[in-house]
Amino acid sequence: MQQIINFILRYRNAVLYLFLLFIGLALTIRSHSYHQSKFFNSSKWVTGNFYELSNGISSYFGLREENIRLADENTRLNNLLFNQKEEALETIDSLDLKYKVIRGRVIKNSYASPKNYITINLGRKDGVQQDMGVITNLGILGIIENTSKNYSTVQSILNSRSNINAKIKNSNYFGSLVWDGDRYDEIQLVDIPRLVPLVVGDTIVTGGMSSIFPENIPIGTIKKYDLNTSQSFYDIDVALFNDMANIDNIYVIENVDREEILNLESKTENAQ
Amino acid sequence: MLNNPVALNIVRFVLLVLAQVLIFNHLNFLGFINPMVYIIFLYWYPIRENRALFMLTAFFLGFVIDMFSDSMALHAVSTLTIAYARPVIMRFCFGVNYEFQTFSFKNTTRLQRVTFMAFLVVAHHFVFFSLEILSLSHILLLLKKLLMTSFLTLFLCLLLSSLFKVQSE
Repeated sequence: MQQIINFILRYRNAVLYLFLLFIGLALTIRSHSYHQSKFFNSSKWVTGNFYELSNGISSYFGLREENIRLADENTRLNNLLFNQKEEALETIDSLDLKYKVIRGRVIKNSYASPKNYITINLGRKDGVQQDMGVITNLGILGIIENTSKNYSTVQSILNSRSNINAKIKNSNYFGSLVWDGDRYDEIQLVDIPRLVPLVVGDTIVTGGMSSIFPENIPIGTIKKYDLNTSQSFYDIDVALFNDMANIDNIYVIENVDREEILNLESKTENAQ
Repeated sequence: MLNNPVALNIVRFVLLVLAQVLIFNHLNFLGFINPMVYIIFLYWYPIRENRALFMLTAFFLGFVIDMFSDSMALHAVSTLTIAYARPVIMRFCFGVNYEFQTFSFKNTTRLQRVTFMAFLVVAHHFVFFSLEILSLSHILLLLKKLLMTSFLTLFLCLLLSSLFKVQSE
């Protein structure tokens, strides 16, 4: 016993190092396998308020640009609205809407690491929950990952763990949207079969297979495509519509039927 | 107040975290280079101090940065590792002189100090990026990030270290 204690005392620094290393690796690897760390993330009170404060100052410098962007979006939506047929307008009733949209702002953006998370100024008190979709006026941005009372973190589409259902607009063939971690203005669409006719410049939009995003939200255009190593599927590089380095106003989308869809799906799976 | 080493280190800690989180994490030079200048805390930290306390401080420093940048515990682990390895690196860079009581940064050459800093930066970034990427198929991406970020971090740390000279140890 004496010898064991002596041993530990002699190597106490190494023991401390291994102990702390173990804690760090456990936090890192556990969240590698599933989600971002639940307790230590930037949606928490201290970090959230801190970013809110610093964003409050820095956002003044881009106000003019951001105003133009929002006015552009209004113009586009007005164009859609005024050219809509009359009956379609009358059927819009807030009670049977399938999707609800909440507006918010990015207070911390990141796009340079392989796993990027964005912090926004909406939290549980605004009705935001895990696994809601986040978009901008130009296209998709990511999925809500963690929420606190006032803030949430978003798993950006620029995250090696992100996997979103997407399709080619004109042909309706769908695949998965992933990111290889290299360029922030480009993501990859995989699992498109080789018989699909592709043209550089084709638009990619979200598919209807997910219960998170509505169908047909723009993502980007085809920049380059190649057959993958098995020669039976395409690997497509998609140039994003969004400038991921410059995002301010965002919209969180709540799918009202999501609970019902998930319940039904799990019931079906359990019955088999 | 800043003559007290404890107060001095606390002030450094806070200022470096603020600088890292507010400025350097959003630099995105060439689209992907974010230098991690807070490492200079370990360069400045007094030499003859309790090693256990040093490692705990380093771990905590990394962990605070992690919370702000949503990177799990990557900064914490890599900072802890170089804190643990610092005596070895110092012995390598400054030779046996380092063992004596009279040793201080003043009687070292500039080259020795740059080497010391470079070792700290490269060791830290190596642990950081290999844990962050964690896949052999992206080894080129890892090397690219390691090389470019190390270079910029080292450059900025050298600038900072000559801007705020450490008076005495």
